[in-house]
Formats: sequence, C-alpha cells, structure tokens
Amino acid sequence: MRPFAYVKAADVESAVQAAAEPGTKFLGGGTNLVDLMREGVEQPDTLVDVTGLPYDTVEELPGGGLRVGAMVRNSTLAADRRVRARYPVLSQALLSGASGQLRNMATVGGNLLQRTRCPYFYDIASACNKREPGSGCDALEGFNRGCAILGVSDHCIAAHPSDMCVALAALDAEVEVRGVSGTRRVPLAGLHRLPGDTPQVETALEAGDLITAVELPPVPVAARSRYRKVRDRASYAFALVSVAAALGVDDGTISEVRLALGGVAPKPWRAREAERLLTGGPADDAAFRRAAEAEFASATVRQGNAFKTTLAVSTIVATLRELNEGAAR
Amino acid sequence: MPEIRMKVNGSVASLEVEPWVSLLDALRERLGVTGPKKGCDQGACGACTVLADGVRINSCLALAVQYDGREITTIEGVSHPLQEAFIRHDGFQCGYCTPGQICSAIGMLAEHTAGMPSAVADSGPLTEAEVRERMSGNLCRCGAYNGIVDAIMEVSG
Amino acid sequence: MSVKYAETEPATGKSTYVGQGVDRRDGPAKTTGQARFAAEFPYPDLAYAALVHATIARGRITALDTTAARAVRGVIDVLTHENAPAMKPAPKMSVLDLSSIASGTSVNYLATDEVHWNGQPIAVVVAETPETARYAASLVRPSYQELPASVDFAAEEPNAVPEKGIPIMESGADKGDAHAALAAAPVSVDLRFSTPPYNHNAIEPHATTAVWDGDHLTLHEGAQNIPWLRKHLAQRFGVPETSVRILSPYVGGAFGGKSRAWAGTLLAALAARATGRAVRLALTRAGVYHTVGGRTPSAQRVALGADAAGRLTALIHTSVSRTARIGGMPEPITAASHHLYAAPNIHLAQNVVQLDLLPNTFMRAPGESIGTFAVESAMDELAWQLGMDPIELRMRNEPERGPVGGQRFTHRMLKEAYALGAERFGWSERDPRPGVMRDGRWLVGMGVATAFHPSMRMPAQVTVRLEADGTLVVRSGMHEMGMGTATVQAQIAADEMGVPLESVHVEYGDSDLPPGPGAIGSVQTASAAAGVIDACAKLKKSALALARRAPGSPLRGRKLEELQARDGGLHHARGSQTYAEILTAAGRDHLEAESKAGMLGFVARTVLERRRKVRAATGAQFCEVRVDPDTMEVRVSRWLGVFDVGTVINAKTAASQLRGGIVMGIGMALSEQTLIDGRDGRIVNPSLSEYHLPVHADVPHIDVHYLNEPDPTTPLGLLGIGEVGITGVAAAVANAVRHATGRRVLDLPITLDKLL
Ligand SMILES: Cc1cc2nc3c(=O)[nH]c(=O)nc-3n(C[C@H](O)[C@H](O)[C@H](O)COP(=O)(O)OP(=O)(O)OC[C@H]3O[C@@H](n4cnc5c(N)ncnc54)[C@H](O)[C@@H]3O)c2cc1C
Ligand code: SF4
Ligand code: FES
Ligand code: FES
Repeated sequence: MRPFAYVKAADVESAVQAAAEPGTKFLGGGTNLVDLMREGVEQPDTLVDVTGLPYDTVEELPGGGLRVGAMVRNSTLAADRRVRARYPVLSQALLSGASGQLRNMATVGGNLLQRTRCPYFYDIASACNKREPGSGCDALEGFNRGCAILGVSDHCIAAHPSDMCVALAALDAEVEVRGVSGTRRVPLAGLHRLPGDTPQVETALEAGDLITAVELPPVPVAARSRYRKVRDRASYAFALVSVAAALGVDDGTISEVRLALGGVAPKPWRAREAERLLTGGPADDAAFRRAAEAEFASATVRQGNAFKTTLAVSTIVATLRELNEGAAR
Repeated sequence: MPEIRMKVNGSVASLEVEPWVSLLDALRERLGVTGPKKGCDQGACGACTVLADGVRINSCLALAVQYDGREITTIEGVSHPLQEAFIRHDGFQCGYCTPGQICSAIGMLAEHTAGMPSAVADSGPLTEAEVRERMSGNLCRCGAYNGIVDAIMEVSG
Repeated sequence: MSVKYAETEPATGKSTYVGQGVDRRDGPAKTTGQARFAAEFPYPDLAYAALVHATIARGRITALDTTAARAVRGVIDVLTHENAPAMKPAPKMSVLDLSSIASGTSVNYLATDEVHWNGQPIAVVVAETPETARYAASLVRPSYQELPASVDFAAEEPNAVPEKGIPIMESGADKGDAHAALAAAPVSVDLRFSTPPYNHNAIEPHATTAVWDGDHLTLHEGAQNIPWLRKHLAQRFGVPETSVRILSPYVGGAFGGKSRAWAGTLLAALAARATGRAVRLALTRAGVYHTVGGRTPSAQRVALGADAAGRLTALIHTSVSRTARIGGMPEPITAASHHLYAAPNIHLAQNVVQLDLLPNTFMRAPGESIGTFAVESAMDELAWQLGMDPIELRMRNEPERGPVGGQRFTHRMLKEAYALGAERFGWSERDPRPGVMRDGRWLVGMGVATAFHPSMRMPAQVTVRLEADGTLVVRSGMHEMGMGTATVQAQIAADEMGVPLESVHVEYGDSDLPPGPGAIGSVQTASAAAGVIDACAKLKKSALALARRAPGSPLRGRKLEELQARDGGLHHARGSQTYAEILTAAGRDHLEAESKAGMLGFVARTVLERRRKVRAATGAQFCEVRVDPDTMEVRVSRWLGVFDVGTVINAKTAASQLRGGIVMGIGMALSEQTLIDGRDGRIVNPSLSEYHLPVHADVPHIDVHYLNEPDPTTPLGLLGIGEVGITGVAAAVANAVRHATGRRVLDLPITLDKLL
C-alpha cells in the first residue's frame, strides 16, 4: 500500500473539510477500500475514518419510513426488526452479500460506494478506462462473464457489485449527503452514473461529499418483497444476476410492483420499463416474462455474458411468481 | 507513527504502527500473535477471522489504527468447547483455516443467539443449513466442512 | 526394503489401534493457534521480501528501474537480473534421479533478462517490513521488448503432438482395432470434453523463511517432499545437501502444489544470501497463482462402442494436456482408462502442447481426476443410449484382468462398492427418466461414477527407538499436510511393538530426520508404514537378542515367531518381559532400529510391477443434485462414496481425506476454473473471491463407506487414500445433472450458463 495519512474524523464538519482536499478519501469498514489500496488501484494520500461519527443508528421517520445512518454496519441493518418487517427485500439483499465477518465491518456508506469487481479493474497490469482513463478496456474482448449488459458503453461494461443498492433502488431510497456547501439529498437512482465516456466518474458526489444517511420512504407494498440472487456458488460470491422485487396484487391484477436488478448494469438498475408494463396487468408468468424481456430489449451482450439476458428474465419471472404465489396463499 | 493500544487476548498491547498496517499484520508480525492466518489478504477466505469486542471480523481488511482501544480475541485467547469438538469431529486437516473457523463460529453463535437473521432463515433454531450459510465466509480447502458443521451443531445444541 | 509381504495373506497381525478412529495428535496445537506454519518463525534480524512479477507473456527486459523502490525508507535491497548473485541452473529432469522433478520450472530466476511467462518474478524487494517490501515492489518499473507468445490453449490444442511417455506414468496404449470396432458398433457415443485449468489454492499461501549461517541454509517451508526440495536447494546454491536444513512441521494444505521448488522458495533463499538477513517471503494469493503451477487444462475425446446388451466393443480415449516451454509434465489423463472396462478394442493416446505459460504441475490425482470425468461421463451417456442403468452397464463391463495389459488385479471390489452404495444411497428410487424427479420446485438428479487411483509406494527411511522408560520414538522426515501422518504412523507402530499409543512419539517434517517418502501420489502412508513395520520388526529382534543375552531372562531361548508384542513388551505364555525391563536388565538407555530403502530400483520395480499387476484404490461415487428450473443453478444435495482403499488405519482421518477429495471434486465440477487471458497469458482471476472454491453452503453431508478389505500385496493391506476421493466426482455430478435436466455438459465447470 502506498503510504498515507490517517485521520479519525472528530466531527462531520472537519471530516468534510478534510476530504475536500484532493487525494483524500473517507474510510468506512475498509472492506473495499483497503483491498483496492493494497492492489494499488486506489492510492489516496489521506484517509478520514468516519466510522466514529454519530450516524450509526436506524431511526423512525414520520409516516413509517426509516432513516439509516451511513455508519450503520451491514449486519446491524439486516438484523433491524423494522427493516425485516417493512423492507424484507433490503434485509435479504444485505444477508446475501459477502460474509458474516464482512457484513459486520461494512458500513452502509461504504456499501453504496463500493467499486466494481471487474477483474481487469483489479489488476493494475490490465487496460481499464475506469482505473486509468483512456487506457482501454480489456473486458470488452476478454473475460466479461460478470460484466453488465444494460446501460454500458464502449468505454466500460463493468457491473455494479452491490446487493444492498439493488434493494435500495427498488425502495426509492434517498441518500443524504453532507458537502462543503451543506446538506443535500440525492435519490438513489441518481447517485450512481452510467459509464458513458467517463467510466471513472461513478457517482454524482463531489470531493468532500460525505454520505450521512439513507432514508427509506414508507413503501407498504415492500412488506411483501423478495431479493433473489443468482451466483456461481451457494454463498459468498457476487451476483451474476439479482432481482429485488415487491409485488401488490389485487384480484389477479398487479396494483403495484417494484423491480430492480443487480449484476446486469453499471448501477443498481431500476426496471422501470418492466414495472410500467406490469402495472395494471395480470399477475401471471406470461406477463412477467413479457415485461422482463422488454426490459432487456436494449441489452448489449458480449460472448461471455450473453447468458445474462436469459438468466435475468427467468430470475425475474421466478421472483415475481414466488411473490405472487405467496400473496395467493 | 501512530501509537495504538489494544487489549489482545486479555493483555494490553501498545504498539506503534503505520496507518497502512492491517490488524492481521499487526498481530502476526508486530505482536507475534500468529494464530490468525493469512490466506488471501482480500477478505475472501476467513482465515484471518478474529473477534473485535466479541464480533467476528476479517482482520486482513481492518487497519490496525481503526482498532485502537478495542478488545481483540484471537484463537490464542479462546477457550471454548468448540476446540475439543473440532478435534472429536475431525473438523480440520491441515489446520490452517482452523483458527479462523473457530473464531468465526464463536462469533456466529453469538450472532444467532442475538437474533441475527441469515440468508437461509429470518429466525428460528440453528439448523445445519443455517450453520453452512453463516459459516460460508470461512473457506477450507482441505474440505473439512462436514466435521466443522458437526462440531458446531454439537456445541450449539 | 527387506520385508516381503505374503501375496496371499495380509500382513496385519492382531491390531489394537489400527482401524480405530483415533483423534489427531496435532489437534490441540491446531485448535489453539500453537501450530506454527512456515511464515511464523521469528528471527531477530528478520527481513521481508516481495516479488515483482512480469506483466508480459514473453520477451526481454530492456530496463528495470528500481530507483523509486530503493528510495522507500526501509528498503534493504532490490534484487534483479542485473545484480542478483547467480544460482546454478535447474537440473534437467531425469527418471534416474526423481528429485530432478523438483524443478517447478527450468528458469534460472534473476539470471537473465528473459521473460517466459506472464507473472514470472523479475525482481525481489527486501525490506524491514512486509508492507514496505510490497509497496516498494509496486514501484519497480520494468520496460520490455515483447516477443510473440502462444498462450491460448483452446487455440493451440489442435496442434498437439503425441507426448513422450514417462516410465513411471501411464500414457497411450492400443489393443485390437478400436476405430473399426467403433464404426461397427450398434450403439456408440463419441464425445469431446474439456476441462479448464485449476489451481490448488491451499489456504496457506506458499511461504518461506530462509536463514543462512555461512554456507548453511535453514529453511522453514511447507513442503510435500523434503528430500527433493533439499537436494534441489543444495544444487541451486552449490552447497552440500547436509548444509540445507528444511523444517516443515505443518503444511497448510498442498494438494500437489508444494511438491516442487517454485520461485518463491528459491528467491527467499537467494534474498537471504544476498542480504545476509533472515528473509521471509510469503507469497500473496495472486503471487501463488503467478508462480506456482496448477492443473493443466485438457481437451479429451471419449468414444465408446457397445453391443445391444451393453458390452463394450470399443473404447477410445485421447487427450491433450498442456505443458510449458519451460517445464511441466504431461498429465496421464487416460491412465484410468487402462483399467476400468473390459473392451476388446482399446485406443488410448495422450497428446501435449507446449505454451508460453507457467508450467503445470501435479494437482490431486493428476490425470485420473480429469480423465475419469470424460470416460465416466461417456459411460453414463452410453447407458442413456442403451436405455440401461448406468451401474448395470458398468457391471457388465467389469474386467477380470487388466483390459489393456492382461495384468492381475491385486484385488478388485468395484462390484461390491456399487452394490453397497446403491443400497445405502437408495439408487432403486431413481426414476430413470430424465427431468422427472422433483423436490418442490427443484429438479432432482442422481448420478454415479467410478473412482480409480493407482496405488504406489516410494522408498522411506524410518528409525524407531525404544527408550528405557518404555517410550517409542518413530523418526522419519514425513510430511503433515492434514492427512494425520503422525497419528496414523503412531497407531501402526504401537500395534507393531505392542505398546500403548500414548507412549509413541512421532517425529516428522524435518530434513535432519531419516528421509521420508514424499507426500505425493497417495504414497506416503503406505510407504512410511512399510518402513515403520520393517523397523519395528528389527527392533523387536534386537530387543529379543538383548533379552536372550541377559541371564535369567524369561525370554531366553525364545524365537521371535513364538512371541507376541503386547502390553509394552514381548510375551510368551511361559514368561514375558517388557521392553523397559529388557533395556534395564541390559543396562541400556535405548535401543534403535532402522529401515533403509534407497531410490535404487524404485523406478524399475514400479515399471516391472505394472506389467504384472494392477494395484489401485477404487470406489463408487453417488451424487444427488438439485437444479433450479428457472436459473439452472446446480447444488449438490447428497453424496455417498463407497471406497476400496484396502485397510483403513484411522477411520476418522481417512474419511476426512476422502471427503476432502470429494469436496475438491465438487468445486472442479461446478465452480472452479482459472481464467487465462488468451491475449497475453495473464491469469485474470488470481484470487479467492473470483476463483470459486466450494464454501460451506456448497457441501452437503458426505457419507463415506469403506469396504475395509486389506490388499494382499501391500504392508498392512494399505492402498492409499489421498487422491482416489476426487476421482469420478466431476463425472458423478455431470451424470446427475444429465439425469435432472436431460442435458449433458461436456465442458467443466458446469456453470448455470451451460444449462440455460
Ligand atoms: C470477498 C468479498 C466479498 C464480497 N461480496 C459481496 C457481495 O456478495 N455483495 C455485496 O454487495 N458486496 C460484497 N462485498 C463488498 C462489501 O459489501 C463492501 O466492501 C462493503 O459494503 C464496503 O463497505 P465499507 O464500509 O467497508 O467501505 P469502505 O471500503 O470503507 O469504503 C468503500 C468506499 O466508500 C467510501 N465511503 C465509505 N463511507 C463513506 C461515507 N460515509 N460517505 C462517503 N463515502 C464513503 C470510501 O471512501 C470508499 O471509496 C464483498 C467484499 C469482499 C471483500
Ligand atoms: S469493463 Fe470497465 S472496469 Fe472493466 S476493464 Fe473495462 S473499463 Fe475497466
Ligand atoms: S486473509 Fe483475511 S479473509 Fe483471507
Ligand atoms: S483444514 Fe486445511 S484449509 Fe481447512
């Protein structure tokens, strides 16, 4: 690891001030950042440790939502009884990620900003536009089994790795950000960016921006929600495809649906097109499939990841079917 | 160089470490506490699992400076029926993953008791399937998984 | 070895400990953190080394800028081809001296500007802390002149050439006219399989702590073959073998990956010599991938012809494996096909391509593990074609004698293994139609395959020593990578001498001990056992001689054959003496005996014996999978294996070995593969997060049964356990998947995309 200075943030103001300096990064649980620093992918001059800041609780919001501090550990959030009752999809998504040990370390803020697991991004000997703008993209013609098929560009096809974020996308979460010029709120859908021709710019955050909380609005339909993750082994692996879904069915007709996807896009992917097609229609396999296929109509696949379209469609169908059957019971 | 103080296996240790030293390397290379193992240095194997204030973590991705003032328990500080159960059920072969498996299992049992859900079940008794899921962060290339699960089931039951 | 083993009667006597599931001796050390591995030996002047790896497949280093690295505070030295002291070149591989196999590659590291593979070490940084070494290593800036390289196995595989056989391994064979018989067969299958490269991924990455004292080298290293490594190091550093001490009390997993001398070991010793410091070089996980060979990928063809009753008329199995221009040995991929089925016409051929990559090496059951995947998948497919139960098909083709060479089987119990397995597994509940068995939403499939691994022995030297207090010390430079070496040999020695298990001490893992057998090819336990038995026989003889010389000894005039060794001494109905009494009476504080065995004749014997006999551990693997019908994720839900491994000395450790093989086989079948970029030969997933070993959640309860029939031709009836467990596993999984889904996957691993 390249030598760096370590500062424990005393309070939010000084943290934000310190991090506005170039070469400074926040440190959460370290489970992504320390790994990337050891590989030489990240080389900050200063780390500002924010785990001691007082954003480590989950609080009630008026109207039934929850406000999750950015330093809340992934395991704590997954275990929160309110989360499990109101947003099971979020608890399940968290529990399907990483391992027990890592979830105990990882923070909500860090999870939001974890970086892609594209193997060429991790190997500094490879060409990677995200790591080194303009150097090329070895994944395009290389091993891209894990890469994205929606929202990609010729510059980068990396998939976003987070499970938690997929659930948050389905729940219309909002991210509270404290920057040099004050506090603002960014909808989750607007936090991550598509690669375009600047894959190194991954979020809408600016230097010094500290994530302080994630707010979950009340989403009654989410009481019946589900996270389904498909991967190469039974546990402790990133998603090939994942689906966060919530389904409300009234008399065989879909009254409300939330659908977000992981493993298929450079950001947690809210499947708006599928949602639009489903809402008001019948809750059956044929409808689920039609909607899922429509979502992937514009997919850009490569040899190594072409299977993801089929896999994603059938995983969406299976997840919605399961929710529907659960509702019928 | 920052100076930190930790309680390691019951005794207070003060040491000067550069910020880029991991908790794992601080233990192994600075304090001579070599029970926690390095299998990947990437959070991907669990061999480095230790308990920080009773909570299981991967010490390879933890910076030592972040654990200033904390209480760290490694396998050397463990005295638990699991250790004998591992021997009885042959829950290891080469023994390299074993310190991590045992520390992880101790943390895992505490999590379950505290009501932490898992990807297998939101609540309920600790089944074999649950143990397997909750212990999946600890790889064993010798494939001693059956013995490990049996040992944990015996101790938890 | 001087003992002869009756061919008709097993050499097992009355046993007290042999056969018991005794707890491992190293259990307390391993469960309390007291067991020290190679990177855990402290030295006051310890320095840390880190490697710089090449990032091109082939070429020359035109410049190597170490300025920035040297400027880092705490850097002691940066060794490159421009300044490193020279090592002697790697010895050429020769069957006359098997230790020559120890060369992982033929490259003389840091001796020239040549780059032979992507990942080759091209510099070593030595520093005061491990972090400094690694950081400084990242600052070394090489410039290259690249040369054309061929690195793409799939592309090069059609250009393979017949391999040159190695006498100790099986390769091609021909009997009758297999191609004509195949063409004429009423029922046939002709399938092409592929298997990817795999890596051992012992959880302990290779690590070395090297210390020079003048011309004397002490090396802490997890080694599978101490004598080979010692000789190799002596050769490379130009010192006598007696000047090299290797300490290897614990090995954190190996599976073949620690049986040779790889770059890290050599460079640690070189760095220690160059800097005059004790040096520790612990490879990073990626460093292991880049410097320690893995299993070759393979392309295989299996074609089977049969008559309508399912009797094989033709068996063709050909393979391509990959070695490197700078070393590696072809895998005996068709080896098991010599012995599995009674076909009148057989054609076996092994081919090889040489690429510009890190050489392959042995990995658990080299040859058989991937070879049985192909041949046992093909048998299953033939059973489908015939509409016949796959076990029945195998039974119909069970040979009386070696199908190719007509050799005698020392004993063969596959029929019994399948019968017992079928009963225990509930095979009769299998609906033979594909895709109809269900458990809830899951598709269920059941598959079988045969496990086969040849049983060999290597020379082992052992001394046993009785102390006046009754303690028995067994000394041999054996290896403990998790097989329970000390436990098992203690059980054997205790029985042979008739002493309590607790009074037996076993010393191992040290080159100062009499050279033990390598822990390779599943030979260690049986080979060491032969030595222990031989040495114990001699020790009893000397003890008796000592007793008989003492006036008034109750054993006076007795012959050894009349005596029983038990209760800590030699017994006869009319008078007994404990060893302690014998020694005390003779005024001796100890008595020692030794079993000596040279490499002399080993190769010749192996080759000769193979012409007359087939000796192998075998088994029947039963697998049940569940396949998600939507996502086609495959999970192994049940496993049962019935094994004929001869005598089982320790039911507990043996079961663990077999299970370990099965778990590795499950990984091989479903999730593992090393991805090598066909453009530049770079390993793309050199990490445990992207190379998917099975985790807890992937492994069900594995039911292991033994037939426990001693082999009549080996000491104690042992056949070797370490590798047979992995053989047949991938085929059993593939066959179960075929049953569950109707889909035959020919290319490992069986990831869901191949089933969608
Ligand atoms: C082996 C392995 C397997 C994994 N498997 C999965 C998986 O299956 N699914 C999954 O979703 N994840 C997985 N992860 C990733 C894991 O979830 C992330 O590493 C973790 O969530 C990151 O959280 P952290 O607190 O440790 O972040 P850190 O590593 O501390 O930080 C990550 C990034 O976030 C920034 N940051 C941290 N906190 C803040 C803040 N409050 N405001 C602004 N910026 C901040 C940091 O500067 C850094 O850039 C895995 C990780 C490993 C090592
Ligand atoms: S896909 Fe993106 S992250 Fe991966 S190599 Fe290409 S540019 Fe880099
Ligand atoms: S060494 Fe920490 S998880 Fe592998
Ligand atoms: S016992 Fe060897 S890795 Fe688990």
